[in-house]
Amino acid sequence: MADMGVQPHAGERGAESTRNAPVFIPVTDIYETDQALFLALELPGVDPAAVNITLDKRVLTITGHSVVQVPEGFSLTHHEYRDGDYERSFTLAESIDGEQIEAELKDGLLHLKLPKAQPAPAKSIHVKAV
Amino acid sequence: MIRYSPGLEAWAEPLATLRRIQDEINRAFGDQRWTPSAEFPPINIWRSPDGVVVTAEIPGIPLGSVDLTVHQNTLTIKGRRDPEVREPEVSFHRRERTYGPFSRSVALPFAVDAEKVRASAQNGVLRIDLPRPEADKPRKIRINPL
Repeated sequence: MADMGVQPHAGERGAESTRNAPVFIPVTDIYETDQALFLALELPGVDPAAVNITLDKRVLTITGHSVVQVPEGFSLTHHEYRDGDYERSFTLAESIDGEQIEAELKDGLLHLKLPKAQPAPAKSIHVKAV
Repeated sequence: MIRYSPGLEAWAEPLATLRRIQDEINRAFGDQRWTPSAEFPPINIWRSPDGVVVTAEIPGIPLGSVDLTVHQNTLTIKGRRDPEVREPEVSFHRRERTYGPFSRSVALPFAVDAEKVRASAQNGVLRIDLPRPEADKPRKIRINPL
């Protein structure tokens, strides 16, 4: 498989978010088989309803808004992570069957299955003798 | 005397270039949550007079496979992250997630009653409620007039 299959998309550089929350690039695993491309993205704190996946031509974009959870009556004294939004785009090298994309968010991990579009079978043309 | 002062325009271009480089670097490193050297899971600690709440990001790990122990004033979060590859023969393009066993201990400001500890997880965020024992709470002392 010489083709890398996926490239991070370079679009929207410098554009600022309108929400006052940091936008993170989710940590992603990408692997492929003969039939499909699989992505696993870490989106902790994101509700399944707040995930948006779009495939525009060959650019796959995944966005997610995390729900900021503040325990009632508590104040933060030590912090190592922040709540925020997630966004990441990939440019797909291969043609993907957009209708067949499967997405599943479980325990803050988003699984995507992108089946490859089957190439049209070669047709032999019958030549009529005149 | 003629003072040579290059106009501001001369500076605008190199600054714009620097800004663009900074943006690129931020994009490459700053925005990414991925900090391989950092301990896993990243935790936030919340306090109130009634106790402590520890939250941790554990994407991809169900609550059932997290092992929580409380010993006196130490909370330990243990578990294992396994690669979730659902197909037998795959070729990887990107492997940014990290795998393997993890363990983290947190020292709490009071000894916790293990029976009263509650843990829950939602969308990959673990929440552990550690109430402060009654005996440890500050008591108000009434001053009686003599």
